[in-house]
Amino acid sequence: MDTAIASGSTPPLYGLVLAGGRSTRMRRDKAALAYQGRTQLERAMALLTAHVARVFVSVRSDQGSDPVRARFAQIADTHENLGPIAGLLAAQARHPEAAWLVLACDLPLLDEATLAHLLRARAPARAATAYRSSHDGLPEPLCAIYEPRSRELLAAYVAAGKQCPRKFLLGADTLLLDEPNPRALDNVNTPEEYGSAMAALTEQGSADTRHITVQYYALLREQAGRREEALVTAARTPRELYAELAARYPFSLAPELLRVAINAEFGEWSTPLADGDAVVFIPPVAGG
Amino acid sequence: MPVFRFTRTRIEPQALRAQLADPACGGYAAFEGWVRDSHQGVRVRHLQYEAFEALAVREGERILAEASARFGVAHAACVHRIGDLAIGELAVWVGVSAPHRHEAFLACRYIIDEVKQRVPIWKKEHYVSGDSGWVNCERCAAPAAHAAGAHAPEPQG
Repeated sequence: MDTAIASGSTPPLYGLVLAGGRSTRMRRDKAALAYQGRTQLERAMALLTAHVARVFVSVRSDQGSDPVRARFAQIADTHENLGPIAGLLAAQARHPEAAWLVLACDLPLLDEATLAHLLRARAPARAATAYRSSHDGLPEPLCAIYEPRSRELLAAYVAAGKQCPRKFLLGADTLLLDEPNPRALDNVNTPEEYGSAMAALTEQGSADTRHITVQYYALLREQAGRREEALVTAARTPRELYAELAARYPFSLAPELLRVAINAEFGEWSTPLADGDAVVFIPPVAGG
Repeated sequence: MPVFRFTRTRIEPQALRAQLADPACGGYAAFEGWVRDSHQGVRVRHLQYEAFEALAVREGERILAEASARFGVAHAACVHRIGDLAIGELAVWVGVSAPHRHEAFLACRYIIDEVKQRVPIWKKEHYVSGDSGWVNCERCAAPAAHAAGAHAPEPQG
């Protein structure tokens, strides 16, 4: 790791979802709580996967075979009763060369925009990059990036008998950012908070996603393996929709080679999509 | 009334030609596109055409209307075959009737050129070798992209 830092290159970024908590106030495993058909652990892992080289779930040593956690690469805690810091310590011990994007497992409202902003603002020369809470102005330690150089600082902090990750960030060289979405880091600790988060997601869902039909022709039909599909998507434009589909199917055609049709008329890549639109991506034509 | 349509069965030019007859017209020009047995030196066994018909008919009729307005022809029509076609079969037919031959030739040429460029129709070639490919999407798209890249200024050493 020292070579990477000395040469000035940015350390690789790995993701860690903390799922080793005891969920005492919830009285149910917070990682297994379902939102819109997926467990919170699955949602957090999916969010991270798009942005980091590798993703791990942080577990207590007795949780390895738990069915919610077993399908993911795991890092087991090596310290007991240290709270969330235990997960980060174990991850840093496993991969000291990496920076860690750490996420709590109780942030159902965390959105792509919040994560993307954190990544863009990342300051690899600092110890950490984190958000300033919209509630109390203190650092949010559980949606934050910890650079390799934070490892020694954290070890010293724990050796001094401390374990509050917030205070650690306050005392370390942390870049603090304002949240683009003030509710994104609202955590869910009680059954009441779970209910309110689900209501917020339902409201967001109806506003931020739309039902789109996509028809495929020619090469795209073969590569998608279907003629048509109906989907619910957060994509706002054909450009975002094609990117979403290209992540799912082995499309070989770059968007620059395609044209777009919306409701059987030529459209633009940036045309806003509306609920109920039918979209066709048009490969290079060859009539005659 | 310009007519652009698709057919899954054989195109019959004689019947189509009769629909363009007009006592005011002294010129008729037609173009027939046939399935050739090779493409860029590769032996072709048969072709498969596919279209996004809803948009293709709209765009095709726009092209016919443009040709009529631009060249002052009386009638213009185009029929494109889709499905599997054997070598020698008629893939596309364009017909135009006009008071004089000059505008009929120009309009016919305009229509087939625009149809090939703008209408969402795709052609898959099945080669004698057993291989196959979507024209302009596979075999042709890759070399074209490289060619475009080659036009970028080369760093001078």
